[in-house]
Amino acid sequence: MEWEAVIGLEIHAQLATKSKIFSGASTAFGAEPNTQACAVDLALPGTLPVFNEEALRMAVKFGLAVDAEIGRKSVFDRKNYFYPDLPKGYQTSQLFHPIVGIGHIDITLEDGTTKRIGVTRAHLEEDAGKSLHDEFPGMTGIDLNRAGTPLLEIVSEPDMRSAEEAVAYVRKIHSLVTSLGICDGNMSEGSFRCDCNVSVRPKGQEEYGTRTETKNINSFRFIEKAIVGEIERQIDLIEDGGRVVQATRLYDADKNETRSMRSKEEANDYRYFPCPDLLPIVIDEDYIDAIRQTLPELPDARKARFIEEYKLSEYDAMVLSADHNMAAYFEVIAKTANDAKLAANWVMGELSKLLNQHDLDITNSPVNAEQLGGLLLRIKDDTISGKIAKQVFEVMWSEGGNADEIIESKGLKQVTDSGAIEQIVDEVIANNTPQVEQYVNAEPDKRGKMIGFFMGQVMKASQGKANPGQVQGVLKQKLDALVS
Amino acid sequence: MFDKTLAELAIGLKTGQFSSVELTQAYLARIKAEDDKYNSFITVTDELALEQAAKADATIAAGDAGTFTGLPIAHKDIFCTQGVRTSCASKMLDNFISPYNATIVDKFNQAGAVTLGKTNMDEFAMGSSNESSFYGPCSNPWNTDCVPGGSSGGSAAAVSAQLTPAATGSDTGGSIRQPAALCGITGLKPTYGRVSRYGMIAFASSLDQGGPMTKTAEDAAIMLNVMAGFDQRDSTSADRDVPDYTAELNKPLEGLRIGLPKEFFSGDINADIAAQTQAAIKEFEKLGATVKEVSLPNTALSIPAYYIIAPAEASSNLSRFDGVRYGYRCENPTDLEDLYKRSRGEGFGPEVKRRILVGAYALSEGFYDAYYNKAQQIRRLIRDDFSKVLSEVDVIMGPTTPHPAFKIGEKSSDPVAMYMEDVFTLSLNLAGLPGMSIPCGTVDGLPTGLQIIGDYFAEQKLLNVAHQFQLATDWHKQSPQGI
Repeated sequence: MEWEAVIGLEIHAQLATKSKIFSGASTAFGAEPNTQACAVDLALPGTLPVFNEEALRMAVKFGLAVDAEIGRKSVFDRKNYFYPDLPKGYQTSQLFHPIVGIGHIDITLEDGTTKRIGVTRAHLEEDAGKSLHDEFPGMTGIDLNRAGTPLLEIVSEPDMRSAEEAVAYVRKIHSLVTSLGICDGNMSEGSFRCDCNVSVRPKGQEEYGTRTETKNINSFRFIEKAIVGEIERQIDLIEDGGRVVQATRLYDADKNETRSMRSKEEANDYRYFPCPDLLPIVIDEDYIDAIRQTLPELPDARKARFIEEYKLSEYDAMVLSADHNMAAYFEVIAKTANDAKLAANWVMGELSKLLNQHDLDITNSPVNAEQLGGLLLRIKDDTISGKIAKQVFEVMWSEGGNADEIIESKGLKQVTDSGAIEQIVDEVIANNTPQVEQYVNAEPDKRGKMIGFFMGQVMKASQGKANPGQVQGVLKQKLDALVS
Repeated sequence: MFDKTLAELAIGLKTGQFSSVELTQAYLARIKAEDDKYNSFITVTDELALEQAAKADATIAAGDAGTFTGLPIAHKDIFCTQGVRTSCASKMLDNFISPYNATIVDKFNQAGAVTLGKTNMDEFAMGSSNESSFYGPCSNPWNTDCVPGGSSGGSAAAVSAQLTPAATGSDTGGSIRQPAALCGITGLKPTYGRVSRYGMIAFASSLDQGGPMTKTAEDAAIMLNVMAGFDQRDSTSADRDVPDYTAELNKPLEGLRIGLPKEFFSGDINADIAAQTQAAIKEFEKLGATVKEVSLPNTALSIPAYYIIAPAEASSNLSRFDGVRYGYRCENPTDLEDLYKRSRGEGFGPEVKRRILVGAYALSEGFYDAYYNKAQQIRRLIRDDFSKVLSEVDVIMGPTTPHPAFKIGEKSSDPVAMYMEDVFTLSLNLAGLPGMSIPCGTVDGLPTGLQIIGDYFAEQKLLNVAHQFQLATDWHKQSPQGI
C-alpha cells in the first residue's frame, strides 16, 4: 500500500528579551544554576508576575511576518501540572486567546517547488527550568535560571507531507525569527526547538491517522531523522497488523530512534483557566502599525532583492537570503569584491564547507566578511588565481590575517612577469618532447584540448602562481610556432 | 492607653506624652500577659518591634515624623515579612522565613510603623472562624468560647482585646468584615486593586484584597493612606491617584442616599441583628440621609459562584507548595510522586484540601463550562446588580453577617453552614466593590456589624459615612467585658 505522512509542528522559540517574561531576572544562557532566578521565578509565596512588554512586541513582529491575524485582546491562561522544574505548579501560557492567530508561510523545496504551510497560531508562554539528573547521583538538581524565559510557541497546520517539507518549514521559521531579531536561533542551547506531530494514512484517505508527538528536538538534522524514523515505525507497525498509540515520544539522537514517554491515557488534565494575576493584553491598530514600521527586511523580500540587485539565480538567492547573518556576510563581500557571483560561490562553497566541517555558525566564522572580501579582490585583480585563493583562505581560517599579508608572507603572489613565464614555458616544452610531437602532428581542431596538459605542467612548475591567462597565451604562441 | 485609637496615639507620640519604645513595650507586655486567652498572635516580633520603635523615636526627635511614625500595628500572617516566619497559619509554611517584604509591609515600615507581630488566621485564609489555623483556634474576646470570625480572626481579636491598636487583614469573601463584625471593630475591604497584593500570599487572586482593621473609621482612613496605591509589582493594582482618606471624614451626610437590599433582610437572619441594622439606619436618617429599598436579585447565587471561583483559583495558587523549594517536605520521600503526595497531604489541613479538591474538579476537562464559566457569568450578573443599584443610591447598607459569633466547634463539621455566614459579604468580592463593617449593636453580649457598601474607589465616601455614624453613636467604643 502507498502511505502518506501528515506532519504538524510546534516550534518553541525563546524570545531574545533581556529579562524574563514575568520578572526582572536576566535570561542570559549558561550562568551558574539558580543565579538568575528571582523571588518571582522561584514562585515564593505572595509573588506576582508582571508582563514584559518586549515579549509582546516580538510576538507581534512574528505575527506580521507570517501575515497573521494579531489578537487585539490576548489572555494568559494557567496550564496546571506538577513538575519540579515548574516552580508555580502551572505554566503561564495562552490557550483561549493567543496573541497571533492564523497565518502562513511559503516554503521552497530542493526541486524548486514552493508550498504554502499554514500557521495555526503562535502564543506567548514561559519556559520551565531544567532538571539536572547526572550531576547528583540518586538525586535531582533543579536549575531555575531558564524558568520564565519568554517563549513563542508557533503551531503549524498539519500541512506537511514529508520530512523534507517539515525541515524546510522549520528552516523558514528559523530564518524568520532570526531575521526579525526576536530569537537567537541557537538550537544547541535550546533557544529554538521543535515538537513533531506525525501520523500516516493510506494515500488518498482523507481521515487522519493516529498521531504521535515527538518532543523537544533541537537540530534540523535530528528533526529530519526523527520524522523519517517515526514515519517508518508507524508504517511498519500498521503493516504488521498493529496500531499506532497516541503518545508523546522522545527522540534519542544516539540511537536515532523515538521512544514512548507517556501515552494519552497518562496525559495530564491541565485544568486551563485565565490567569487572574495578569490583565488581558489589549492592543490597537496604531500599536500594530508602529511595530510594522520597525520590521526589518524579511527573507522572501531579501531573496527577491538578491535576484534583482545581484542577478543571482533563484537557488543561490534562496540559500543566501535565508539566514540574515549569512545574507549580511554575503552582501559585504559582494560589495567589497564588486562581484556578486564570485561572492556567492565563495560563501556557498569554500566558506560553507569549512563552517559545516567545524560545525560553526556564520556568526562564529573565524574569517569575517571583510577578510574574505579582501581575498576576492585579489582574485579579481589577478594578484592570485582562484586556486591559490583557496590556499590563502585556509591560512586565513586557521591563522587569521588579511589576504595581502598572507599572499606576501607565503610568497603566493601570481607571476605575471612575461619573461619568467616564457622561461617556464620553454622548460616545459623542452622536457615534454613526446607530447609536443603529438601536438604538432594533431589535427588543428584537437590542439585546443591538448594544450591543457601543458597548462597543468606550467602551473605545477610555477607552484600555481603563474597567471593562467598569460600562460595560456604564451603556450599557444610557442607551440603553434613549432607547427609551422 | 490601650483604648486609644491610632489618631490619639499619634498625638501622644508627637506631644511627647510617651515614646514609641514605651508604647511598644507596653503592647508587647500586654500581648505576653493576655494573649494566652485568645491565641490571636502566631508570632510576636519583640526585637523587630523595639528596633523599629527606637528608630521611630529618633525620627520623632529629629522632627521628621509622619502620621504613622512610631505607631504599633500587627500584620495578618498572610503578609510576607522579611526575616520573620510567614506561615499563613499552615503547617506547610511553619518553617518559612520570608526573604522579602510584602508591598504593604514595606509601606508601613517606610511610614515608620512598628510591627508587633503576625496574627492568627484561618489556614491560607480559608475559613470564617479561624478554626482551620495550624496554630489552633483563636477566641473571641467578647466570649472566649466563641470564634472571632475569619479568616482575619487573629487581627480582629487582637484589636478587640486591645493587644494592638490596629492590624492589617485580607478579605477574599468577607475575611476582614465578618471578623470585624463578630469582634466589634471597624474593618474595611477596599476596592479590588486599591491595595497591592504583592507579598500577600494568594488565596483567590481575583478576589483577595488587603485592608485595615481598626477601632474607628478615622483609624481605617489613616491606615488606608499608607496601604493604598499602585504597585508595579502587582499588575492588578489600580494605577490611579490616592486621595487623603481622612480629608472628607467630616463631611455632613445631609442628602446621603442609602439603599437597603431586601435580600439582605430576608432568609436565615438573626432577628435582633435585623432590628439593630434598622436602628442604625434610623441613625443615618437623623443625620439627614434618605433611605430606599433596593434589590440585588442575584445575592443568593453569590455563594455557589464564589465557592467555584475561589477554590478554582486557590487550587492553582496553592500548587507552588510542593515540598521542592521551601516549606514543609515529608520525611524520606521514595520518589517524586510520593514527595508531592505526602508533602501536600501532610502539610495542608482539611479545609484547604477540600477547597483544592473542589477547585481542581471545577476546572477539570468537561466540567469547566458547567462550573467555572457559569460562575463567571453569575459574577457578571452580580456586578450588574450592584451597578444598577449604585446608580440610584450613594451607599448600600445591611447587616455584615446573618448571625453573631458562634461557638468554637459549632459549625466546624458543617462546611456549608460555615460558608453561609459569608452570604452578605462575598458578593462584594465577586463584584470587586469596597465595603466596610462597623459595630452597630450587641446580641446576647456579642457585637454585630453594619455593612456599608460603596461604588468602585468610593473608600472616601465609606469612611465619611462610617465616621459620621461613629461621631453620633458609641457602639465602636464598647469593649469586651474586662477589657
